[in-house]
Amino acid sequence: MTRSNLQMASDGDDMAEAMGGPSGAEAESSQGLLKFLTCGSVDDGKSTLIGRLLYDAQNVMEDQLAGLKTDSRKFGTTGEDIDLALLVDGLQAEREQGITIDVAFRYFQTAKRKFIVADTPGHEQYTRNMATGASVSDLAIILIDARKGVLTQTRRHSCIVHLLGIPQVVVAVNKMDLVDYSSERFAEIERDYRAFAGQLGLQNIICIPVSARNGDNVIGRGERMPWYAGPTLLDHLETVDVEGGRAPGPLRFPVQWVNRPHQNFRGFSGTLVGGSVKPGDEIVVLPSARTSRVTGVVTQDGNLDEARAGDAVTLTLADEVDISRGDVIAGMESRPDVADQAAANLIWMSEEHLFPGRPYLIKCGTQWATATVTALKHKINVDNLDHIAGKELALNEVGVVNLSFSKPMVFDPYEQNRDMGGFILVDRISYNTVGAGMLQFPLRRATNIHWQALSVDRQARASQKGQKACCLWFTGLSGSGKSTVANLLEKRLHALGRHTYILDGDNVRHGLNRDLGFTDVDRVENIRRVGEVARLMADAGLIVLVSFISPFRAERRMARDLFPEGEFLEVFVDTPIEICEQRDPKGLYKKARAGDISNFTGISSPYEPPEHAEIRLDGGHEAAEALMERIVKDLEARGVI
Amino acid sequence: MSSRISHLRRLEAESIHIFREVAAEFENPVVLYSIGKDSSVLLHLAMKAFFPSRPPFPLLHVDTTWKFREMIAFRDETAKRLGLDLIVHINEDGLAQGIGPISHGSALHTDVMKTQGLRQALDKYKFDAAIGGARRDEEKSRAKERVFSHRSAGHRWDPKRQRPELWNLYNGRLAKGETMRVFPLSNWTELDVWHYIELEQIPIVPLYFAKERPVVERDGMLLMVDDERLPMEPGETPMLRRIRFRTLGCYPLTGAIDSAATTLSEVIHELITSRVSERQGRVIDKDSSGSMEKKKQEGYF
Ligand SMILES: Nc1nc2c(ncn2[C@@H]2O[C@H](COP(=O)(O)OP(=O)(O)O)[C@@H](O)[C@H]2O)c(=O)[nH]1
Repeated sequence: MTRSNLQMASDGDDMAEAMGGPSGAEAESSQGLLKFLTCGSVDDGKSTLIGRLLYDAQNVMEDQLAGLKTDSRKFGTTGEDIDLALLVDGLQAEREQGITIDVAFRYFQTAKRKFIVADTPGHEQYTRNMATGASVSDLAIILIDARKGVLTQTRRHSCIVHLLGIPQVVVAVNKMDLVDYSSERFAEIERDYRAFAGQLGLQNIICIPVSARNGDNVIGRGERMPWYAGPTLLDHLETVDVEGGRAPGPLRFPVQWVNRPHQNFRGFSGTLVGGSVKPGDEIVVLPSARTSRVTGVVTQDGNLDEARAGDAVTLTLADEVDISRGDVIAGMESRPDVADQAAANLIWMSEEHLFPGRPYLIKCGTQWATATVTALKHKINVDNLDHIAGKELALNEVGVVNLSFSKPMVFDPYEQNRDMGGFILVDRISYNTVGAGMLQFPLRRATNIHWQALSVDRQARASQKGQKACCLWFTGLSGSGKSTVANLLEKRLHALGRHTYILDGDNVRHGLNRDLGFTDVDRVENIRRVGEVARLMADAGLIVLVSFISPFRAERRMARDLFPEGEFLEVFVDTPIEICEQRDPKGLYKKARAGDISNFTGISSPYEPPEHAEIRLDGGHEAAEALMERIVKDLEARGVI
Repeated sequence: MSSRISHLRRLEAESIHIFREVAAEFENPVVLYSIGKDSSVLLHLAMKAFFPSRPPFPLLHVDTTWKFREMIAFRDETAKRLGLDLIVHINEDGLAQGIGPISHGSALHTDVMKTQGLRQALDKYKFDAAIGGARRDEEKSRAKERVFSHRSAGHRWDPKRQRPELWNLYNGRLAKGETMRVFPLSNWTELDVWHYIELEQIPIVPLYFAKERPVVERDGMLLMVDDERLPMEPGETPMLRRIRFRTLGCYPLTGAIDSAATTLSEVIHELITSRVSERQGRVIDKDSSGSMEKKKQEGYF
């Protein structure tokens, strides 16, 4: 500490050199930019290590240092010494609790290189934050407390590093001062770690013994570990080659924005995420597979002879090809995959579990679509990459899944191109980002099942029956009166000469859905099947009455999305739970209260009332007949009957 | 290409990518133009991102009425030079109440004229995305800010509702009433900004360069006497000193530094050898530790 302080006071000019020299003089041995992340368990010393790097690399300013001194006294854990961790610990509430809970980015530079550091927390429940930091990093520093050695969390961090395909790993064995700078202890930890990393398939690993607190082997070597002959941490960071590891690969240009200032110019703006492109190159546009030739690589600074991966440019083409955002321009050879189903690794990032069958929005490159997990093949234990069977994914869990998209997606396996294979899943109601994943390979199964273009269509079938097909979806608590009203309605419609069918728990649970129970996962699947059957029946021209508790908004919306606009009518039978429980026609509430039935809607499982039901019935007050009449009126008004 | 230039080109491409995502994913975006050096870089990048088209969004300046006169002149000139629509919004309620930094103190003035003014303008024009020039290296709490920073209805920044941001896949979807703040310069440092201004010869407000200007010294800060609204304390008379600014805000809240740097390369050299961070010249940050954090939750940029 004293050493650094002295430097701080005296070496303004060295500082200038450290930051890239005075304007005009270019840094020599050019390595460009390195983005890295630090991971470790809580209290391994990550924050201290980053603080040390910033501090020793002279990237801490006087006023920040003054603030740090005040803060160290208030929040620090290092007694009278400056607590370097406070340089990087951020939000106030977190600081007071003494923990880091999010990804924070730090910037520093030396004469050789610029660095962007993603600082991610060690807490078990924050896998998602680590994955976030890892997704933008070229190198990972994994911290190990020399006293503790390789822990479960060390393994977890390594697995995530592996999943996200970070090419370089530095294992910093920290707090060497607390094990008397013992070379045996270091060797033991290095052996343990390499054994584990070998199983994972991690390559490019270097282990460095450090003391973040005292600075040994962080920037300077110090004298306390003469037995260590390798590079210091900063030496390694300054010289490691990450660009070389990234093969240029074939041309990939996801179109971001169609650039059309006037009639005479039509360009496609985007960033190359693979390969290079020159005027004259033959290209193909996916998914349409139309081909053309590049006529210009346009930028405000003039047209370029060539653009490479990483460049943000605008391309013009020889032909009037119809191209929009989300299309990918690629070289004629080695095209990306185009598929409506794919296998992927998925990291779940939401409190609400992932259920197979539930649709989400997906963003991959510049493409948006709807994606459904059709199968959770297995979960991955992130402590060791073992496979675990499972039906749903909880927050911070990782799974291998099959995805089905609402339209063909253009992608490459993540392993080959991070930008072409990484994706996020977004909830369709809250619009939160709930998952992130890595596409592995396309699934071809779907390509053989083409919809027959039928000449007798749904409208023809419905009009032959003298009606408009539709689906009336009755939702409400058990005992709310759904089935009673639906049955009355069917009788009335039948009397009016309409063609109808009722789907309810009785005729579906006993047959089609006999294999399903009442867990959240099964409920989703139950609704999915019923929705699909209702759709086929509506397709056949019927007025379908579905009577299911269907407690979750997301599932009802999933069902709704199966139907053309206006054909799905949600009927909310809104009866207060007290009344339902009083009626208790099947004695179910009594059993649920006694604890004999688990996951019972309204008692031990939530009911999410519809927000925009087409028809809302006050089931607590009006009689079933009156309710039925109201629906008939409504259907007349809508022109269904 | 030297490492510094390739580094700047990478930052440039990243920012352009972000601009284009905003144009593609939002219905009614706006650029928050604060006239400072970061804003100059922001506009320069916007022009590049959409060339040969014009950036498909207007500029918004929330005028506290206490900006340096040279800033206002530069603002109008810049909008004209680039052919961009400029919306100037002033919190008329605040103005009517006579809120000012001298009479009411920096905290209240900033809250009313800047924070509330900004919210008024965003609501009035129904902007769904506001693009700003903030950088993560400016202040500790900003280090955790997303590039796409989600604001709940009422423009509140809720640390728990921020979306995970992976790769360069930004989630621009919004529910009703929600808005987004977008920061294309997130990964730039102060030094990057200056190097880029030099490399690209980007015009900036002349106040960044040293010149003899009338100042008074108060509480250890050098305040420029920009107009007659700054009351002199007993015994105080403005004196001429060679000064410049590292950051620009409301003139009674922005401290100048003694400097002889009249060119970009001199400014950069001074920055490299300086020992204080840029926000030090701002009154607003010193109120308390974590003060920026509070401001952000209230909707200050
Ligand atoms: N003795 C010793 N203590 C350290 C070292 N590195 C960090 N610490 C201490 O370990 C504790 C946790 O450090 P911190 O950086 O906050 O850990 P983080 O949770 O990983 O960010 C603090 O009290 C540090 O002062 C080291 O090399 N040696």
